[in-house]
Amino acid sequence: MAESEVISGLYMDALQEISNIGLGNAATALAELLNKKVELAVPKARFLDFEQVFAMMGGVEEVVSCVNLSLGGDIPGTVMFLFMEHSTYNLIDMLMGYKLGTTSALDDMGISAISEIGNVLTGSFINAIGGMTGLKMNTTVPMFAFDMLGAILSASLVAGGHWGDKILVIETLFFQNYDQIKGHFFLLPETGALNRLFKTLGMPVEC
Amino acid sequence: MQDATAPKCELKYVSPAAEIQVGIAELKVTGQPDRLITAGLGSCVGLTLYDPLTKIGGLLHIMLPDSTLFSKVTKPAKFADLGIPLMVAEIKRRGGWVGNLQAKMAGGAQMFSGANDKFMLNIGERNIVMTRLILRGLGIKVLAEEVGGSKGRTMILDTANGRVLIRTVGTPIKVI
Repeated sequence: MAESEVISGLYMDALQEISNIGLGNAATALAELLNKKVELAVPKARFLDFEQVFAMMGGVEEVVSCVNLSLGGDIPGTVMFLFMEHSTYNLIDMLMGYKLGTTSALDDMGISAISEIGNVLTGSFINAIGGMTGLKMNTTVPMFAFDMLGAILSASLVAGGHWGDKILVIETLFFQNYDQIKGHFFLLPETGALNRLFKTLGMPVEC
Repeated sequence: MQDATAPKCELKYVSPAAEIQVGIAELKVTGQPDRLITAGLGSCVGLTLYDPLTKIGGLLHIMLPDSTLFSKVTKPAKFADLGIPLMVAEIKRRGGWVGNLQAKMAGGAQMFSGANDKFMLNIGERNIVMTRLILRGLGIKVLAEEVGGSKGRTMILDTANGRVLIRTVGTPIKVI
């Protein structure tokens, strides 16, 4: 866990900047998919405990959809996209070209649509970072869940091996037309995964 | 005895009992008429232990099965093998009878659909198995369980009667 103490503000800035570039690309991809403008908040890189991660999203029992992908290669970790229940339905409507409000429950078609969004966004995210740093990354097939926020987040964290008391979370909010679609992006690098990134950026971690 | 904590509002029914939140990897013990609640159990396992005689009960939110796989343990309540004996000790300290304890379990679900190596480890299932094993070792009977499957759960222990309420998305509350 010594790594957590070493990563200072400078490194957090670098992480945020890298994520910003990756996410900018991802937001463009989403805008193209939906044929609508997508806005993106500035990503934040922070060490958080579980309760803080949950609090960021709202209530523990709030219903959300989640696409979870594992990152392999030079920066192993977990990528998650979470959409609030209402946003999930709106997103399906926009993708399918339905009138807003048509979808009010999730079916297999909806699940694959949301999973595909996660897939495309993560792909453009890692392509942007890879193109800039030369780091090689790949993703697994997306996993999908639609349930209570707390249950989904804790299961993702545990399955991804993020079971320390503090978790490095790179997170942002993207939205379309204010609240019609509100989504959260999470990147949880594995412990030790960041040394290579910083080294590539010319700022090796001195332990 | 119910007047000890007065309802906040007289027009609407408000439970006279305090509802105590138990966070992830936390453990809390209380007596009647309080309720213990842990929300959003996914692969985690919620375990309640209850002494019907003294009406003292505890709730533990287990995240991982086995602490011996880790070199540094800062939160013992995170693990089944450390958290359960800790809860038993706390109940004992507060005057509960260990011989009376009744266990109820919920959680241990497989939240995600799709195949992925990391999820193949199925921590939920391992949490369930380890919790049962530790309870058996302590000689505590499991009275009811609502485990496995693919749904997230919220678990509430009512120390007034030992009942456990299970809340899931899209289905009515279940009492075990």
